[in-house]
Amino acid sequence: MTESAHFERAGMIRFLDEGGAPVRDLPDFARSRDELVRLYAALVRTRAFDAKAIALQRTGRLGTYGSCLGQEAIGIGVASAMTADDVLLPSFREHGGQMLRGVTMEELFLFWGGDERGNAFAHARSDFPVCIPVGTQFPHAAGVALAMQQKGERGVAVAVGGDGGTSKGDFYEAMNLAGVWKLPAVFVINNNQWAISVRRAEQTAAKTLAQKAVAAGLPGVIADGNDVIAVRDVMARSLGWARAGKGATLIECVTYRLGDHTTADDAGRYRGAEEVSPHWKAEPIVRLRSHLAAAHGWTKEEEEALLRACKAEAEEAAGNYLAIAPDAPRAMFDHLYAELPAAIASQAEEVSDG
Amino acid sequence: MAELTMVEAICAALGRALEEDPAVILFGQDIGADGGVFRATEGLTQRFGAARVRDTPLSETVIAGVAVGAAAHGLRPVAEIQFMGFLYPAIDQLVNHAARLRNRTRGRLTCPMVLRAPFGAGIKAPEHHSESMEAMLAHVPGLRVVIPSSPARAYGLLLAAIRDPDPVVFLEPNRLYRAVAEPVEDDGQALPLDTAFVLREGADLTLVTWGAMTKETVEAAGQLAVEGAAAEVIDLATLKPYDHAAVRASVEKTGRCVIVHEAPLTGGFGAEIAADLAEHCLTSLLAPVKRVTGYDTIVPYPRLEAHYLPGVPRILQAARAVLEFQ
Repeated sequence: MTESAHFERAGMIRFLDEGGAPVRDLPDFARSRDELVRLYAALVRTRAFDAKAIALQRTGRLGTYGSCLGQEAIGIGVASAMTADDVLLPSFREHGGQMLRGVTMEELFLFWGGDERGNAFAHARSDFPVCIPVGTQFPHAAGVALAMQQKGERGVAVAVGGDGGTSKGDFYEAMNLAGVWKLPAVFVINNNQWAISVRRAEQTAAKTLAQKAVAAGLPGVIADGNDVIAVRDVMARSLGWARAGKGATLIECVTYRLGDHTTADDAGRYRGAEEVSPHWKAEPIVRLRSHLAAAHGWTKEEEEALLRACKAEAEEAAGNYLAIAPDAPRAMFDHLYAELPAAIASQAEEVSDG
Repeated sequence: MAELTMVEAICAALGRALEEDPAVILFGQDIGADGGVFRATEGLTQRFGAARVRDTPLSETVIAGVAVGAAAHGLRPVAEIQFMGFLYPAIDQLVNHAARLRNRTRGRLTCPMVLRAPFGAGIKAPEHHSESMEAMLAHVPGLRVVIPSSPARAYGLLLAAIRDPDPVVFLEPNRLYRAVAEPVEDDGQALPLDTAFVLREGADLTLVTWGAMTKETVEAAGQLAVEGAAAEVIDLATLKPYDHAAVRASVEKTGRCVIVHEAPLTGGFGAEIAADLAEHCLTSLLAPVKRVTGYDTIVPYPRLEAHYLPGVPRILQAARAVLEFQ
């Protein structure tokens, strides 16, 4: 699978085993306690946001929400390697990555709570909002990368999608174009083994998802998606590869969807607890915590303080979100076009702002 | 002033846009060395380089999707779909993304792109090359749908579409590509979008049309004049959002209206115009609004396509019926 100079290893790239023990030399960034604590804090913050989002949905205060439970290391690993010059084009489970890029919890709650203003992003101004039609963000990433290439920018466009999305033509077409035009892009797959109720084996007979890169002439690599160090390392190499003008990379991050597809789904209809429970042993947060404790003396006090801080942040953000009144009804016309055409203006007048 | 056909005028507008704005980029199938299957991009890759006038792989979804991404990140892409019959894979990107990006990000990201496609029957093209599905696109909030009907209007409207801050689907009636040449000044002057053009003035009857059917409609108006009836011919030019005011004003003057389009009857854009007139101009109407359109059939293969296209006789028949209605 690993056919280019930036990936020398075959098979799945992993640095920490499920118990948090290093299985190979760690990359430089992962030798720094501060850096690892930053990554760990981002993972814990993501899970706190996720838990609060589900709680809000269950109590009727948020719309249908896609949990990233167990998959936090992908968004965090991806975004932590990116710079402000890069553009993230997320699917709907990269909440943590979006937050690391500067999207606020309030904005994410607002989006999932059914308000377009949640996509207005005060920071991360060039990042795309969550992409709901599966796989359609991959061509956008190729387009953003084309603009970067054309304008001589040093950024890289990074699209994230799911295993189901790799069955779509959009995914292949975007990779294919990126290959021909040597676009500065990275295509990341969150292979969480399930596309709602369809398991990975029913999605494709391809042995790996990374091998789909071969047909497009791109390097394809597999990372342990529950090892944030692996995701970040592979991502950093792929970004460097793209910045050096060598083109795009496909990264398959192997993980497991511990939760339902969304809050509108009941995974118990198609998979049993006996299938899910072993995967709890491999999840990313426990793994990095074990490593931090063993290698860097991460204490119980530090852990508790972090959990408290993340929970408090999520509570405060939720409170702020709930305090935001719905937009004026006329707002549905305000950004339809740069200027509202005369033909539609009379419809806007019908909508009362009272 | 040079005499240009419509396809030459389109090429001139594309060249002008590339010259005046470095953010403009063209891509599509065979638009580079080949100059496009209709030659709408003839010579442009030689003039502006293969980086700005690019051949793409054969994938319509990615052509539209790349246009969305590139537009959102600061380019002004003008993408070509080779024939409207191959535009359907691009509709996902147009409807789900191009049309919505400004709205769903509350103006943070925008999509100043143009998707060009030739369309319509009457050139003896193979199956899937002859459809007129403009009504499908005009139904989509957030899109603009623009259809030129002469070389000069193609030049001016295409420049306006490229400069517009929002996505435009620019549909080029291929039957008119080389039908006539007329003087077109390559002066960078755009024509207004969202504005209908009065091709011929008259007080007795309003004929509303667009695209290739302007030809037969203007011919029919000429024949009606011989018969003593002054028909006003309105070229809608922009279907979404369309110039209600121009159509209503004309019908308030004439009291009679026939809508002519090549696309099938049911759910066609003529229905929208007829409904608007019923809602807003009922007291001015002296006769029921009539539509002369393609049939609700699949566009036939070339041997029968002349029977599908609404020609001058059908327009005249409807116009006479509307004029005679008491």
